[in-house]
Parts: sequence; C-alpha cells; structure tokens
Amino acid sequence: MNESREFLSLARRRALQLGLGTAGGLLVPGLFADLARAAEAPIGTWPAGVAGDSVFVGVTSPLTGPYSADGKDHVKGYELAFAEINEGGANAKAWGLKGKGVLGKQIKYGVADSELKPNVAVQAQTQFIQRDKAIMITGCVSSAEAVAVEELAQRDKVLNMVGASGANATTGHDCQRYGFRSQPSAYMACKALAPIVAQHYGRGKKVAYLVPDYNYGHSVFRSFAAFTKPYGWTTVAKVVIPLATSDYSSALLNIANSGADIFVNIEFAAQAVNSTKQGAQFGIFKKMQMIVPNISSFQGQETGPALMQGVFGTMDWYWKLEDRFPLSKRFVNAFRAKFRYTPAWGANIGYMQTYIWALAVERAGTFYPPAVIKTLEASKANPFDSTLGKVWYRAYDHQLIRPVPVVVANSAKQMKNKDDVFDIVDLVPGEQAISPPAFLGCKLGPYT
Amino acid sequence: MPSTALLLSQAFNGLALGTLLALVASGLTIILGTLGVLNFAHGALFMLGAYAMYVVMAHTGSWLLGLLAGGVFMLVVGVALERVLVRLFYQRPHEDQILVTFGAGIVIVEAVRAYFGGNTKSVPTPSWGQGIVRLGFLFYPTYRLELIGIVAALLFALYLVLYRTSIGLVVRAGIEDARMVGVLGINVRRAFLAVFALGVLAAGAAGMLYAPIVSVQPDMGGSFLVEAFVVIVIGGLGSYPGAVVGGLIAGEIVSLTSAFNTAYSEVMLYAVMALLLVLRPQGLFGSEGRV
Repeated sequence: MNESREFLSLARRRALQLGLGTAGGLLVPGLFADLARAAEAPIGTWPAGVAGDSVFVGVTSPLTGPYSADGKDHVKGYELAFAEINEGGANAKAWGLKGKGVLGKQIKYGVADSELKPNVAVQAQTQFIQRDKAIMITGCVSSAEAVAVEELAQRDKVLNMVGASGANATTGHDCQRYGFRSQPSAYMACKALAPIVAQHYGRGKKVAYLVPDYNYGHSVFRSFAAFTKPYGWTTVAKVVIPLATSDYSSALLNIANSGADIFVNIEFAAQAVNSTKQGAQFGIFKKMQMIVPNISSFQGQETGPALMQGVFGTMDWYWKLEDRFPLSKRFVNAFRAKFRYTPAWGANIGYMQTYIWALAVERAGTFYPPAVIKTLEASKANPFDSTLGKVWYRAYDHQLIRPVPVVVANSAKQMKNKDDVFDIVDLVPGEQAISPPAFLGCKLGPYT
Repeated sequence: MPSTALLLSQAFNGLALGTLLALVASGLTIILGTLGVLNFAHGALFMLGAYAMYVVMAHTGSWLLGLLAGGVFMLVVGVALERVLVRLFYQRPHEDQILVTFGAGIVIVEAVRAYFGGNTKSVPTPSWGQGIVRLGFLFYPTYRLELIGIVAALLFALYLVLYRTSIGLVVRAGIEDARMVGVLGINVRRAFLAVFALGVLAAGAAGMLYAPIVSVQPDMGGSFLVEAFVVIVIGGLGSYPGAVVGGLIAGEIVSLTSAFNTAYSEVMLYAVMALLLVLRPQGLFGSEGRV
C-alpha cells in the first residue's frame, strides 16, 4: 500500500517534469533515461530509492573482531569517495564524474558493524534496504560476509559491490548477477605470485601451509598449490586450524617438524600477525621462508620488518602505486589529508568500487539495477580508469580484471620511512592472472 | 600416522598449553565456586592483563615491573568491578549474573579498542626468554618453557592461599555454605570481595604472561574464555584442583589431536566435554549440586 503510493507520487512527479520541458530532460541524460524507464517494473529498491534528491548506500564492515583494523580502513575509503563524489570537486572530475553527486543525486550512507559475522552483515544490509531503500550495498573483509551479502543482493535485487573478499567462490560457485568483486580472487593472486616466487626460490621446494578453516583459506591453499606445482613445489604439510585460534603452538610444531623449505601462511590480519610472531618463537623462519599469498592491510607494520623482511605476497593495492597511476596519487593525498595516515588496500577497495559504481550509473544514465549491471558487464569495451589503471568487469563472473601487485617486504634498513614497508616487485596484468571462463563454476542469476 | 617424535613433541606442548589453560580457568572456577557467579567478563579481564603488560613494557621495558604493576592494576579492577557491579547480583538469578558480566566484558573490550585501536600490539619477549631450547628431538621456545615453571609456581601460590591460609579456609567454607559461615560471625562479604579480586588477578596474570607469546588485541580473550569454560566443566565447576587437572587434560587433547589433524583439535575438546557431561555430569572433581 505504502509502496504503491510512493510509486504513484513518483509517477506524478515524473509527468510533471516531463511537462516542464523535454529539453531540460535531454540536457540531463540521467533524468531522461530514468524517465524513459518509467515503464519498467519496479525492482528491488528502484525506483523508490531514487525518488528524492539523494540515494542511499548501505556499508557493512567488521568494526570489531580480529579484522577490525582492516574493516575501519575499508570504511574510510568509502567515506572519502562519498564525500568527494557529493562535492563534485577535482578528484571526482578526474575519475570522469559529472557535477555533484551521482546523476545529480547526493549519496547518503549508513555504516554498520558486521562483527565479521555473515548473518549480522545480512541483517544490517536488510535494514538498509528496507528502511533506507539502499540503491547499492557494499563492504566486507571476509569472503563469508561477501557471499552472504551477495546472496541477499540477488534475492532483493539490490546491486552489491562486494568489498574485500579473496575466496574464489565470491566470483565462482557463489557468484551472483547482482554481485561485483574488485579484489583479485585467490586464483588470480596465486597465479600472479607463483612464477615470481618460483623464480626467486628455485624449483622443487617443499611447502608447509597454515590454512584457516574457511572458504578463503582453502581457496588460497588450492590455488597456490596448483600454481606452484609446475615448478616442482610439493605440499609436505597442510595444517588446517580453527578460525578463532590464538595459540598456534600445536599447529606450528607440525610445521616445524614437516621438513619444509617454504612456509605459506594463509592466515589474515590479526591472526596472520599472531601466527607469524609465534612461528618465529618456534624457530620456523630459521628453516623456512615465509610467503603470504594475500597480505592483509596492516600485516607488514604490525608484524614488523624483523619478521617480514623478504616475505613475498600480493595485495589488492599498495600506496606506492601512486607513482604509476595518477588516480592513486590523488587518492593517497586526499586520504592522508582527511585521515592523517596512509591508506591501506582495504580503503582502496571501498574508494575504487564506489567510484566505479558511480561511473557505471552515469554511463547507464540510470540507477535502474539491470541497466547498471549491463553497463558494468560491458565495461571491457570501455574500461574504467582507476587507482589501478584501466580496469573492467568480466561479464560472465563479475570479477574485476585488474593488475595484481606482487610485493616483497623491506628490511628495517631498506625502509625509508614507516610507510615504506613493501616494494612492488611486479604488477601482473589482470588478463594474465585471470581464470579461464567457467573454471570456478560461476553461474550468474537472473537480472530481474 | 604422525612420527613418535612429533607425538612426543605435541604431548610436551600439551603440558605447556595445559598449565596456561589451568591458570585462566582457575580464576573462573574460584569465583564460580565461591560466589556462584559465572564471570563472563573473564576473557576481557585476561585481555586487560595483556594490555597492562603491553603498556608497562612499552614504557619501562621491564617484564617484572609489568607483572607487578599489572598485578596491582588487576586487583584494583577486580575490587572496583565487585563493589560497583557484581556484588549487586549475588542474590540475583544466574541468567542476570551472566548477562551483567557478559555486558561488563563487552564494555571493557570496546573501551580498550576505543583507546588503543583495533590493531594488534606486540609485547617483546623478555631477554631471558628469547631463543629456542633443544630438548632432544624437540625444539621449544625458551619463554614457553620457562612459562611452564612460572605458571606452576603461580598455581602453587594460589593453592597455598586457598588451602593453607585462614582466608582460604573461609573461602572454602563459603563454597560449601555461605550462610552458615555468616552465622558464625565471619565477614563473608569481605571474603567474597577478596575472592573476586583474586579471580580477576588470576585472569589478568594469565594475560600478562601470555602477552609476549601472542599478539595483543582487544578480542584476544574470547577464545580463552570459551576454553576456560570447557576446562572447568571437565574439571568440575568450582573446583580448584579440577581447574588444574582439567586444564592439563584440555591442553593434551588439543595438542595430541593436532598431531593428527589440527582442524579437529577444538572439536575433540568439545567432544570430550560432551562425553564427560554424559558419564560424569559434575565433572572430574566436582561434587553434585555444589554450584
């Protein structure tokens, strides 16, 4: 009842606008396109969510729990992008947005703590969708949250720019028509990393893995083992550990006794720091070289150069990319000015995804979700310029094709300042790292 | 099948793990046994101890000073918590006690997060604890090895307080029948305050000792609270010897299961607890209907 009244008043307003002048409508392509779509059936929060002079974006991120440092950084990326887009200043123009806001509408947003729990994230996003008519939902620091929110997005037909998620499933078995992921999948990260570490350490290495017992951990393990196999690397220990482990002694004893040359630590954020520190206590790094396929945002600083030096891994983004991409330079400068520290890659994901979404909406000329989705799916022909250079979404699994930065940690002596934790060894082109079509078993759902 | 060397290594590690679990659990069990309060803020207090050690070590670099200052700090926290909050709940149902201590735990964790941030903090290993010791087939971190002795000494001190002092006598009498002790003209409330503070101190001490091993962050207490709870269920709710023996058993279960498959170490712990609840619901050292 309530909804249909809203829709009626919306239709009336549209008719009025139409009467006021088609010429004006033609000048504002977005308005025109949304008018042209008045005939489309309502879907998700559209058109209710775009009726006013603002649209709402729902952000969930773990602000408490072991990934909270990454989660807070992630949210700051969104906040900066929203502020810049609403203001329509130099940075928004540099990305290619027109005027203030998206299609002339200001972005309002809500941030909720997901507590790293998929059900809490889904609950909060459901509230953003129902109460605030969120036109886009986004944010997470784990693949468990990612997959759960993607499912909600598909069911409620609200666009979901995923957030930080590395598991293959996010754009694999659990992919959704309404979900788009910008971070490299475990597959991409490991495919980019494997030749570089194999060249550095040589062929025929014995590898021990520390695997957190969830989607992401197993995903990274499988991918890394598969891509190092051609170089004769073999698995001598795969130690799977429960999620909330804080004492790694028994796991590390297994690894210390494995006779491995290489220790692949798949733990993330606080857990990664903790397991590395305890690994050192057990003397593991006297016998083994550590590799971290996906290095979390603050792992380098928190672990410290004494243990991190020489560790290879990949990251979604690193601030030194400011030397290669002008939009990264703008991002780093604006972020430092606003938050007084150097952004990590969690922030980049929030920042970059928000811009890509805004650009896609402006290209589509409408917030109508199927049209925005089709615009993102067609971005190969017309890639977005971003903090990672030219990027585009693959149409059949919604994985962003983007370069993968392979990094190595500096020693204390090599560090020029406290932010100089890593050096970028290589920027592997996305096309080179991506999985073959349908390899990860993605079947996207319907548009409507 | 894992090698004999690995099994022996894990058995030894189980002992080290077990003594620490025993210390965490002992604080939980003496509060539960004496006051009948299941203290769900125990994990947060453990974390608070670790942060106390972090702050003192960061400023002075002295481990011993950290332990002493941290100890005093934990006693103050314990007294304040009992006077302001917990004492009001002695006569209330268990559900209320659990809720209020759980809430206090959340407040402590979030206050620490607000002040120190969510990033992990690193506490250095004291100079005498650095390095690795070779024990025949096994390499073991020096500090963890020394910790076995330190924790054993603390557990023994706690035993002396509980079993060889008059206040311990009052406490143990209070466990059996608090009203009767009161009738005998003994100030039970003061004894209760002392017990609560002692329990908080035990949790904090465990956190302080653990700080150089793990990375210190606001949520570190969560898993220890759960494991400590399992330990006292195995050992018998409210029983001090039960907490010690239960801790050692839990340490061995986790460690020996890990030799086969680390993923099942926690599952096995809960499986043993479930089995024990069926066969001997009061736990190994518990007496029926005490708590």
